[in-house]
Amino acid sequence: MTAPRRLTRRGFLKRSAAAGGGLVIGFHIPGFGAERLLAATVDSLAPNAFVRVGVDDVITIIVHKSEMGQGVFTSLPMILAEELDADWSKVEVEASPSTPEYAIGFGGQLTGGSTSVMTSWQLFREAGATARAMLVDAAARRWNVDAADLRTEAGVVFDAAGDRRATYGELAEEAATLDVPSSVPLKDPADFRIVGTNVRRLEGPDKVTGAAEFSIDVRLPDMLTAVVAHSPVCGGTVRSFDGSAAEALPGVVKVKQVPSGVAVIGRDFWSARQGRDALEIEWDDGEGARLSSAGLRDEYLAMVETPGAVAEDLGDAAAALDGAARTVEAIYEVPYLAHAPMEPLNATVHAKADGADIWAGTQAQTLDQRAAAGILGLRPEDIRIHTTMLGGGFGRRANPTSDFVSDAVAVAKDEGVPVKTVWTREDDIQCGYYRPMFVHKLAAGIDPSGMPIAWHQRLAGQSIMAGMGFGAPVDPSSVEGAAHMPYAIPNRHVELHSPDKPVTVLWWRSVGHTHTGFVNESFLDEVAHAGGRDPFELRRALLRDEPRHLAVLELAAEKAGWGSPLPEGRGRGIAVRKSFESYVAEVAEVSVEDDGTVRVHRVVCAVDCGVAVNPWNVEAQMESAIVYGLSAALHGEITLEDGRVQQSNFDDYPVLRMDEMPAVEVHIVPSAEPPTGVGEPGVPPIAPAVTNAIFSLTGVRVRRLPIRMSETE
Amino acid sequence: MISLNVNGRTHEVDVDPSTPLLWVLRDHLGLTGTKFGCGIAQCGACTVHVDGVARRTCRLAVRGVEGAEITTIEGLSEDGLTPLQEAWLDQDVVQCGYCQSGQIMAASALLASNPEPSDEEIDQAMRRNICRCGAYNRIRLAIRQASGSAPRGGAR
Repeated sequence: MTAPRRLTRRGFLKRSAAAGGGLVIGFHIPGFGAERLLAATVDSLAPNAFVRVGVDDVITIIVHKSEMGQGVFTSLPMILAEELDADWSKVEVEASPSTPEYAIGFGGQLTGGSTSVMTSWQLFREAGATARAMLVDAAARRWNVDAADLRTEAGVVFDAAGDRRATYGELAEEAATLDVPSSVPLKDPADFRIVGTNVRRLEGPDKVTGAAEFSIDVRLPDMLTAVVAHSPVCGGTVRSFDGSAAEALPGVVKVKQVPSGVAVIGRDFWSARQGRDALEIEWDDGEGARLSSAGLRDEYLAMVETPGAVAEDLGDAAAALDGAARTVEAIYEVPYLAHAPMEPLNATVHAKADGADIWAGTQAQTLDQRAAAGILGLRPEDIRIHTTMLGGGFGRRANPTSDFVSDAVAVAKDEGVPVKTVWTREDDIQCGYYRPMFVHKLAAGIDPSGMPIAWHQRLAGQSIMAGMGFGAPVDPSSVEGAAHMPYAIPNRHVELHSPDKPVTVLWWRSVGHTHTGFVNESFLDEVAHAGGRDPFELRRALLRDEPRHLAVLELAAEKAGWGSPLPEGRGRGIAVRKSFESYVAEVAEVSVEDDGTVRVHRVVCAVDCGVAVNPWNVEAQMESAIVYGLSAALHGEITLEDGRVQQSNFDDYPVLRMDEMPAVEVHIVPSAEPPTGVGEPGVPPIAPAVTNAIFSLTGVRVRRLPIRMSETE
Repeated sequence: MISLNVNGRTHEVDVDPSTPLLWVLRDHLGLTGTKFGCGIAQCGACTVHVDGVARRTCRLAVRGVEGAEITTIEGLSEDGLTPLQEAWLDQDVVQCGYCQSGQIMAASALLASNPEPSDEEIDQAMRRNICRCGAYNRIRLAIRQASGSAPRGGAR
């Protein structure tokens, strides 16, 4: 266990300035030219570097992924430090700038899809191994021995006899003069000393003292603060406005129209907020005013009765349904959901003639650069994004319009001073971005032995990828987990309707699996009960050729005591899902009170995410995902009426609180496979585990989220 | 001018007396550890101590706290970390960290009035603070560690 220690940016800057020279390792990044390998001193720091070895022995690891709670500022440094054989107590982490060298993966710099460790594993191992090789080479030259006879441990190079030793800091300047090796051997995972151990997060100390800097905390000389009045109807625009009352207020500096509405710039947040209350705006509601959740529901319910685009067609589902001994049919529904990260959306922008600086807690630096460049008439490379800590992301801070950053850029344009634009909680909940509402219609055919032989599923809901500019008849993110299920069901047919609506939709922690996880795992439970089979045993039988699914399923069932008696009034449910290349099974234990309140008492989770880089963080991410999924399952619903979102804040869009928190146990399947996602995969199984438990306890099948027992039959 | 006693120092601030304490702390005194989360006293991110009691500052007009002793996360400890903050680190509680100042201020007020709270008492006190990362079980464990009813994190 590694002891926590304090780390502040201020402390880092001080020491780094005093440090003088050192070794910087960069390496080839696909797509950015073959010859960008370089070594340089700290004084001539190159931007495509992922590690700096200081002459003071401090190892600075530069991370191009945004830290939003998922632990990437610890897990990526662990991977690099492992191959470097660094002394972990000397490792510091730094957010990368938004330069092209860091715009890797997704065609740009973006944090999402639970991909950070997955896509950086090889990259960061090689970066660490390269630095180590150069330090060893420097020692070999100094001592006039063969590099192969040297070994490294915790930031020190030793010679074979153990007579001589040199710290990495002592070797850094010499190493910086050497050529970067083009290929380096990587460790045998059996020799890992950092990866696979429980490590506390590097930025933890700053987060318990209030010192951690989120973008809302940015303070710059002459900075002003703005809030923007957005249309109360999604997609509405300003027809006319009167800002005179606002401008007359003492702390208000300026009122100006921006594409999203009317901005009030003040000397501080409260002044701007007061100014916004004093605005008089006439809105053109536009098309959106006709939207209501009830109307959309009727439309989608009609849609799933008609053929859609085919997402999967295996065997002959129609014939198998016709010939089945029994059939089961059901309609499932999920609402729009807001992400509601704790830190309200905000960004600070200083726009100048030849470039702009943006301080933002963002998941999508490259998209933000493009959006800002478009607004300011600059080139994307003229936009410097300073990524701060993110007060939660969950997908919200990466969207096709960079909405909150674009807003801040439009506000700050031509102002000459830095302007921080802050969205209130209401601004985000109302007309922000949402997990799309979906309706699913399902039918299954069961053979006389109780095994499903046919599965027919039709979905209706907006396409997220269409909003990203990637329209296709079948958006894979709409049907992920519904099409191509791992279960050995021989005849399957899945169709999709992707209606175009003015509501802006976005990936929400686990994307399509947020609804297909609930729907498919609940309906499979219906199939099990209809066929007289135990839901766990049916899954086992259907996953017989899927060893990793099977392992997590069996582990969760075993640890939860599947089949053992429960106290009176408790029910148990199970669900399993592969998402983001990881496998997660969850068993929930629930009770239902007389007034219909559902209580989740215990969740047992089993996860196979390949190598668990930081097991403690894997556990934390599973706990986190379970809470996030439970918030949606028990409470989450965004509804529209006359184009207006009816919820606005945590009072009418409630989320899970501590007194609703179940006991959570996380069991990690040991694995030598490359690491896969951990931020999202814990979400999909929790809602169906709970609704399946409700069924086993009460015989009531929940087919609509959030769970409202009063609305079930 | 409003006179405020924050973290043992007196500050004169020129603001409308109806301004919420949150925005005076953040925008005028530069004490940004206290966070804006909801603005309607629902999430607890803005929790500080006013005369030792946990209060939501996003709806607390600054005129009402003149003369009171206000403590923010920055003033929680004069020297190093408090045992509660140490417990927070031991249990590796934080994820995104945004709500954590408020959580720690709420928890330290709880422990000041009830040094050995039961899980039920912890839940009832802490249910007023939202954590979207869902660190609730670790928060509870850290409070129990600080109150002596749970072992240090890392022992497991």
